[in-house]
Amino acid sequence: MATLEIRDLHVTVEVENGTKEILKGVDLTVKQGETHAIMGPNGSGKSTLAYSIAGHPKYTITQGTVTLDGEDVLEMEVDERARAGMFLAMQYPVEVPGVSVSNFLRTSATAIRGEAPKLRTWVKEVKESMAALHMDQAFAERNVNEGFSGGEKKRHEILQMELLKPKIAILDETDSGLDVDALRVVSEGVNRVRETGEVGTLLITHYTRILRYIKPDFVHVFANGRIAESGGPELADKLEAEGYEAYTKGGVSA
Amino acid sequence: MRQKASNTEAMAQAQNIPVGGTTSGSIAVAAESTVATRMSAPPSFDVADFPVPHGREEEWRFTPLERLRGLHDGTAVATGDGVKIDIEAPEAVVVETVGRDDARLGKAGVPVDRVAAQAYSSFEKAGVVTVPKETVLTEPIRIAVHGQGGVAYGHQVIELGAFAEAVVVIDHTGDAVLAANVDYILGDGAKLTVVSVQDWDDKAVHVGQHNALIGRDATFKSFVVTFGGDLVRLHPRVTYAGTGGEAELFGLYFTDAGQHQEHRLLVDHNVPHCKSNAVYKGALQGEDAHAVWIGDVLIEAKAEGTDTYEMNRNLVLTDGARVDSVPNLEIETGEIVGAGHASATGRFDDEQLFYLMARGIPADEARRLVVRGFFAELVQQIDVDDIEERLLAKIDEELEASV
Repeated sequence: MATLEIRDLHVTVEVENGTKEILKGVDLTVKQGETHAIMGPNGSGKSTLAYSIAGHPKYTITQGTVTLDGEDVLEMEVDERARAGMFLAMQYPVEVPGVSVSNFLRTSATAIRGEAPKLRTWVKEVKESMAALHMDQAFAERNVNEGFSGGEKKRHEILQMELLKPKIAILDETDSGLDVDALRVVSEGVNRVRETGEVGTLLITHYTRILRYIKPDFVHVFANGRIAESGGPELADKLEAEGYEAYTKGGVSA
Repeated sequence: MRQKASNTEAMAQAQNIPVGGTTSGSIAVAAESTVATRMSAPPSFDVADFPVPHGREEEWRFTPLERLRGLHDGTAVATGDGVKIDIEAPEAVVVETVGRDDARLGKAGVPVDRVAAQAYSSFEKAGVVTVPKETVLTEPIRIAVHGQGGVAYGHQVIELGAFAEAVVVIDHTGDAVLAANVDYILGDGAKLTVVSVQDWDDKAVHVGQHNALIGRDATFKSFVVTFGGDLVRLHPRVTYAGTGGEAELFGLYFTDAGQHQEHRLLVDHNVPHCKSNAVYKGALQGEDAHAVWIGDVLIEAKAEGTDTYEMNRNLVLTDGARVDSVPNLEIETGEIVGAGHASATGRFDDEQLFYLMARGIPADEARRLVVRGFFAELVQQIDVDDIEERLLAKIDEELEASV
């Protein structure tokens, strides 16, 4: 069973007047089949955690380890991490001019699976996943994320999650900017992948709203660059009622 | 009223995103031509009619004159071993080498700048390739221009008789300092596809004016493909000899570190009910890669029923590259079907690379995916298999050189 282990992770980023530490010792274990929600106020470092694990060059790891089944993730290139089974659904997916969605998906699936998917089954697979996410087939011929609405971008991210079948999926604020209908469709997509029991999900969010659709096994409160408290789903109810104030008070404001 | 509508449409389609250079567009509703008046001298076959450019003229301001190796100031003397030309043509085609006094030379257009006039004033022999009327070729005519390291001036005429159909590939390779013009003369109802490939070695300098004169109901389709050279400056121009003519001007360029590649189009809608469509796409990478695209379209007062569109897209792959893209549409009549232009320059940046790599795609493949995708719609239309394959291989080669 795949396990992502994050130990004492410290991450810095270059800012205008020097280097700033964003993550200050994160410990977290996510196993295949589990769903963890990471909740926290803006600026607490949630997205930094997501991008650091995926290998974005902007972030420097200064201390700690990240392993997937014992393999050192931090030693891997960005594409190697993806091929090892890591997936990051981005909060702001990037436009890629000149590359159609269908070409992108197939190239990506070929890289992840290690061989080109058989054309006939592939076309069917993509069609079904798109239909389940209420995406028009014409979508496949558009350029990646170019001119997509906020909701289309998020659906496209979850479409990739469905097709690439990662061992560990990190969803970075997938719920932000979605109306209730779009949130439901996207959540159903995530749940379809979760129901296979093959994926460990790290759901990063600011709001408890998405947790009505995607039920977490564990909830972690993120504040000041580390996990401040962990618990079960009931912790989300407490946050819903009380907000993040208890965790930000006394901490250094980001 | 119709004039206003067409202008609004043109403006709505204009899109400008400057990246390390200028991307500007303009639409003028002109009382008189400004395309002609902003040239520093009127068109002429005689080089003496043009002053030596100093670089601030509108038509020279983007071009590094010092890298023209004397083509612009009369100091570049033909060396006799400039280029070697091999022509391969199906049997029905007449291939000739003619003297300067041949009446068929210079019929498609007059040189508009000093170097084009220098070429016309300096060549000793010209090539004339004729496809007789109603002859439909099934194999392309291939003109291989191979640089031998010297200086050369040239002139080539390609003439199709009425209702003839042909594909011509002009393939430039090797090293040379070359100023050469090409005339395309299309008889009524003729169909000509031209692929001009500039696959020069790194040091080559190539300047030329390509004049197409399109007969009544004739179709001219041109692909200008520029990869190589230190400096390439081409001037494709279209005029119409009768109504119903169509011009499709496609271009691809891949500008590397230090290269200057300049394409200056002019379509003169001088006849009613003609069409033109220009699509040029370029990728740039490396320090001081410089691409220039000028798209002049003139709709003359008498050219009612004109339908025209022009577009330039640039993909900047690395820092340090510069694009100057200037579409320019001048409309002297409102009685037209449509007129529009667009120019956009985008970057392939670290965020795009990260996104693709985060989906398991290795960096070099990500770059290839983006650039191939960008050029695909043009490459697929060329329809000459070996040229298509060579272009794709060339794109891959250019990308590998950058890693």
